[in-house]
Amino acid sequence: MEKIIEAQGIGKSFGDTEALKNISFEVNRGEIFGFIGPDGAGKTTLFRIITTLLLPDAGRMTVMGLDCKTGYRELRRNIGYMPGRFSLYHDLTVEENLNFYATVFGTTVRKNYDLIRDVYSHIEPFRKRLAGKLSGGMKQKLALSCALIHKPGLLVLDEPTTGVDAVSRSEFWEMLNRLREENITIIASTPYMDEAMRCNRVALIQKGQILSVNPPEKIREEFSRKIFSVKSSEKYKLINALRNFPGTATAYPFGDSVHLTFRDNEQDHSLTGYLNSMGISDATISETRAGIEDRFLELMQDK
Amino acid sequence: MRTILFLIRKEFLQIFRDRMIGKAIFAVPLVQMLILVPAVTFEIREVKLCIIDMDMTSESRKLIGQLEGSTFFRVSHSTFSENEARNLLDKNRYDLILRIPGGFGRDIGNRNPAAIHASINAINATTAQLSWAYLNGVIHDYNLNIIADNPGSIATAGIIPRTEITNRFWYNENLVYSHYMLPGILAILVTAIGFLLAGLNLVKEKEAGTIEQINVTPIRKHQFITGKMVPFIIIGLFDLALGLALGKLVFRIPFEGSIGLFFLCAAIFMISVLGIALFISNFSSSQQQFMFVAYFFMMILILMSGIFTPFESMPSWAIKFNMANPMAYLIRINRMIMLKGSGFRDIYRDIASLAVLAVIFTAFAVRRYRKTA
Repeated sequence: MEKIIEAQGIGKSFGDTEALKNISFEVNRGEIFGFIGPDGAGKTTLFRIITTLLLPDAGRMTVMGLDCKTGYRELRRNIGYMPGRFSLYHDLTVEENLNFYATVFGTTVRKNYDLIRDVYSHIEPFRKRLAGKLSGGMKQKLALSCALIHKPGLLVLDEPTTGVDAVSRSEFWEMLNRLREENITIIASTPYMDEAMRCNRVALIQKGQILSVNPPEKIREEFSRKIFSVKSSEKYKLINALRNFPGTATAYPFGDSVHLTFRDNEQDHSLTGYLNSMGISDATISETRAGIEDRFLELMQDK
Repeated sequence: MRTILFLIRKEFLQIFRDRMIGKAIFAVPLVQMLILVPAVTFEIREVKLCIIDMDMTSESRKLIGQLEGSTFFRVSHSTFSENEARNLLDKNRYDLILRIPGGFGRDIGNRNPAAIHASINAINATTAQLSWAYLNGVIHDYNLNIIADNPGSIATAGIIPRTEITNRFWYNENLVYSHYMLPGILAILVTAIGFLLAGLNLVKEKEAGTIEQINVTPIRKHQFITGKMVPFIIIGLFDLALGLALGKLVFRIPFEGSIGLFFLCAAIFMISVLGIALFISNFSSSQQQFMFVAYFFMMILILMSGIFTPFESMPSWAIKFNMANPMAYLIRINRMIMLKGSGFRDIYRDIASLAVLAVIFTAFAVRRYRKTA
């Protein structure tokens, strides 16, 4: 399979802070590759290196066959980048922004309209509106349109869905899937674990290091223990009680439930009694499948 | 080329979409010309005079009368108490105390040299020097009158061969101060536009994060900087034309030289100033940082340029510094073209130096601009 990105031992420091430590990974053509990790994990720094905005201190990276240090000029023609912060001109209209980026890349909106139609059609009715006056979801669609307008081979999206409502987020990922079918490789970072499930492969990144690279299903399977979902109407009380229970290994909040693992892996049936004695009588306990988040937390604990 | 044109178009769109700046571009030259040109003047009228006349003779009264007759002085207080006079000077109520000691009239009557004593408030050094000069002028006239009134006095006064100087002020015959100031004020106008508008514009792109998006595009450095410069050169020259038209209509400023040459020099000047501004903004990451540094740069460039104080009276290191001060060249060029009608051949050295500065500063700005974060 053709490699779009090959990174070998990438390192980058800012003063005393090591933002990236010995990062290696590969991205295949036509996949959606996700970087999942908390704030400050180094995702943005890594993306800036991929997009030639930063030079790595150590390691080698080739993007679409070009070295990211020496081939930057050629690379910039062929990368679409959507920074984490909305970076289009607030005081230009939707249409003016799109035209501007098309021209800067030496193309026209008409020429590549087919590629952006799916995304742009949502905001086209507002094409005379100033970009700064758009809603979060519309801004994101405009940014994606501008990043796509020159038909890049690689699309780099830094937390594209942060600050966007759940419906728009889901819509956005559907658009990405359709772009992937157009043979555009996409790398995206996100702090949302549910979005990780939408990627073909996911890299878990923490404190400047990659913990694991695998398809999301595989990552869930990697979780080595039995995991239980505990629910109660008094969630806060529940999590404190679970953490104090002697048989508990880990207890993390997960949506409207708490994901629990036991010290000896098997369910400790004295838990119900214990919770009752703590004043939680409506708790339900059932075995469940681990999510990516569970695996992530497990990997972080192993460190 | 298409990219540059498009960058310029984008800049203009943004500038005129900003309601404040869109209007300020027209208002600034108006306000600056109408307020600064008539207000900034070295001509002094009404030096407030306090007289201590201890003599009270016809001679002393004649001197006072002559002072009162001059347009520069207004005798606003007379007293016999030196303490009172000192007090009033301390309180800044008077600019000058003139003490005529007892015996002044007698000495003049006896054809002896007489003395008077002047104390000048030098809080403002310029006012003090000018008051002193005016006072000297009046006393000089008074002396001539004594000689005229006493033909036999100072025995040989009439026959001493004397050189009388009559003078004519070339290029600004009546020493109209606004004619001297206006070319300089036009230069300040252009500087403010170039420096602040362009510099802030680039920093704003940094603050808004839009530069990050620009940096991943294939736009080349020189294209980007050109795109940032040209709109402000056009606005600057437009404002210059506006200011010049005002000067002509309101202040009847003479314009002896070539308008084309004038604008050519202004354009070269703008490139050099924009180079400095963009260079500074490359270092700044916020508009606040830029304003703070740019303010001092502008102050230094303007105050050292020779607009208020004659260039030639500065210490030699300052004159050397001014070799790198585009403002000093432009003010000189403006005055030469407007008041004297100098042509290209008369000022080509200044123009060449300005062009060299423009190239150097712009090269700095382009080099310093990094397309990396």
